[in-house]
Amino acid sequence: MCLFQSVMNYLPKEVLEHVFDFLTSHHDRNAVSLVCESWYGVERFSREKVFIGNCYAVNPERLIDRFPRLRSLTLKGKPHFADFNLVPDGWGGHVYPWIEAMAKSGINLEELRLKRMVVSDESLELLAKSFPNFKSLVLVSCEGFTTDGLAAIASNCRLLRELDLQENEVDDRKGQWLSCFPESCTSLVSLNFACLKGEVNVAALERLVARCPNLRSLRLNHTVPVEVLQKILVRAPQLSDLGTGTFTHDPDSETYVKLKNAMKNCRSIRSLSGFLDVNGRCLPAIYPICTSLTSLNLSYAPGIFSNELIKLICHCKKIERLWILDTIGDKGLGVVANTCKELQELRVFPSDLYGVGNTAVTEEGLVAISAGCPKLNSILYFCQQMTNAALITVAKNCPNFIRFRLCTLNPIVPDAATNQPLDEGFGAIVQSCKRLTRLSVSGLLTDQLFLYIGMYAEQLEMLSIAFAGDSDKGMLYVLNGCKKLKKLEIRDSPFGNMALLSDMGKYETMRSLWMSSCEVTLGACKTLAEKMPRLNVEIINENEAGEDKASCDDRHRVEKMYLYRTLAGPRTDAPDFVWTL
Amino acid sequence: MGMESDENRLEYEETELRLGLPGGSLKREFSQTIDLKLNLNASMASPPSPHQQQEKITAKPPAKAQVVGWPPVRSFRKNTLAVQSAAAAAFIKVSLDGAPYLRKVDLKMYNSYQQLSEALGKMFSSSTIGDCGVKELMSESKLIDLLNGSDYVPTYQDKDGDWMLVGDVPWEMFVDSCKRLRIMKSSEAIGLAPRAAEKCKNRA
Repeated sequence: MCLFQSVMNYLPKEVLEHVFDFLTSHHDRNAVSLVCESWYGVERFSREKVFIGNCYAVNPERLIDRFPRLRSLTLKGKPHFADFNLVPDGWGGHVYPWIEAMAKSGINLEELRLKRMVVSDESLELLAKSFPNFKSLVLVSCEGFTTDGLAAIASNCRLLRELDLQENEVDDRKGQWLSCFPESCTSLVSLNFACLKGEVNVAALERLVARCPNLRSLRLNHTVPVEVLQKILVRAPQLSDLGTGTFTHDPDSETYVKLKNAMKNCRSIRSLSGFLDVNGRCLPAIYPICTSLTSLNLSYAPGIFSNELIKLICHCKKIERLWILDTIGDKGLGVVANTCKELQELRVFPSDLYGVGNTAVTEEGLVAISAGCPKLNSILYFCQQMTNAALITVAKNCPNFIRFRLCTLNPIVPDAATNQPLDEGFGAIVQSCKRLTRLSVSGLLTDQLFLYIGMYAEQLEMLSIAFAGDSDKGMLYVLNGCKKLKKLEIRDSPFGNMALLSDMGKYETMRSLWMSSCEVTLGACKTLAEKMPRLNVEIINENEAGEDKASCDDRHRVEKMYLYRTLAGPRTDAPDFVWTL
Repeated sequence: MGMESDENRLEYEETELRLGLPGGSLKREFSQTIDLKLNLNASMASPPSPHQQQEKITAKPPAKAQVVGWPPVRSFRKNTLAVQSAAAAAFIKVSLDGAPYLRKVDLKMYNSYQQLSEALGKMFSSSTIGDCGVKELMSESKLIDLLNGSDYVPTYQDKDGDWMLVGDVPWEMFVDSCKRLRIMKSSEAIGLAPRAAEKCKNRA
């Protein structure tokens, strides 16, 4: 043993702990804990923040046992495709057992961040009453709670700093949850209730804003009228992140003039969103803020016409993050390309989800953006059509993509110019973007694309595939090639048993695999489950006949399969339609 | 969601997309997930299945693509946008008897009859009002009084084409059903006159 090693072994624990304090990323902390037993021990007692990407990978007791000083927990529940209605209601992902276990063990929880989980009012009440130092609740795409649960949080969490509700399905009871913040609550830094559908007590809201001097982020819902927004802005000119409620008012009215003046005074706003229910003629009120904006989300504002959007964008020279609807058009994207030189992340969402005929964006807009925005590294792009030539150009212009998600409105549309599959285009992207960690592909795609992905996408961690590929080879290229793959989700593609079973050990290196409407059979899933005890292989069986697991033929194709590595064994809360093999 | 009836089955099968392995007997049943009527290009390099139809591709998406979960957009977003498109702007023509030209207002900009009345007052205060014995270029407040008084009767044409008196129904219902506004001189509002006069008196 060299001198250095022996010195490291005899470093007192306090020194090690102090050193570990500087390690904030989960990756670093995880790595450190694997070095030796003594480091594992020091690390585990000093860890305050834990991230669990799949709530069924480990059970709460084990978490608490290992990290008794836990203060901040992030949990993710349902598989990603649950966002698109592919996972039936009642599947699971309940947070209650976690809160219960932490409460019982006296964990000093301060922060809880949940994504795609089921959160009941009981959980919120238990949370509110069990942790006196609780400061921050962030719920993203969750469901199962009502405004009564929010009232419990507001009433009981005396030190609450952050209540951030993003795109949750919340049942609105006619109660007054916002009024439940006591007069003594002055610590709010961030409040986001944009996703709530019901009215809030605006007088209580104004008073709350007035008594929280540290409030930096406020996102209102669509029931808060412009008159109230204006008053709030006067009280809180220090805001740095604003989500407007409704933004419709007579531009000739006095209220509107007051709003314009109030906005001019808010010199700290860097992030703007909302505009739920907007009249384009009211937009000039925000032009003064636009010059310093770094983040703008207009993706919930279909009422803004393309020319109004363009006029607005012209003021936004410092934008780094832009979320818009495809109503902007290719022409509008050209304006973005010319104006927004600091742009890093762009999301273009579809505006016409039910009919046809809305002119969406095409490959032209994407190429323009890639040429004009040198710092672009993350994109989500819903488009009418795409070409290989365009993707190849984009790949050349932007080798820095970390996240690249392209979604053609017709899932198997070929190259619009040549009618060929889009293999070469996406292939160019993975070849050029060496730091790519997330990729979603669409359009007409063959096994060839997956060969490219396997060959070039060395850093790829998450891959989403739909209606693509020709044979098992496609999936095999990916499983064999992408060494850092963590999440693979596939729907409606002809990958079957051979691909599934070829490298079963691979799945223990990944967080999860989702396959729906593919060619895997029940028998193959059973084989996998048997050979790999540390995986949960779950079948979602929505057959109305209420088939019994035992009576089902092994040769039957499985409609939905979700498998994940776990230390917790088979789920105890699985509903009837989820079979753990 | 997009289930084909038996009569349509033949037509459906001609254009059904199949992704079975070459020569395999596995036929994908897309009836539950896809109702796409797709045509594939004859020049496609590697047709994986002998069952596929080979016809010319059109760039435009098919008329009724109904695939579960496609495009992949969160339900929250879908629901929010659906509600909003129902709540788009509602511009309607407004005519004031005696004014030289009509105006248009967006009813969605206002939350009450009072707000609308004020806005109309502003709108028409700069226009001359001809032959009803009233001074030209009248002030805003005067016009509002006039509108609320008994000389003028605000009427609107609803979805069925009937002319109704403004103010009977709740505001939201009015916004939904109003197609056109006409502010009539009461001397012309013969059929409505008795009720109109009473309503005006009540509101004044």
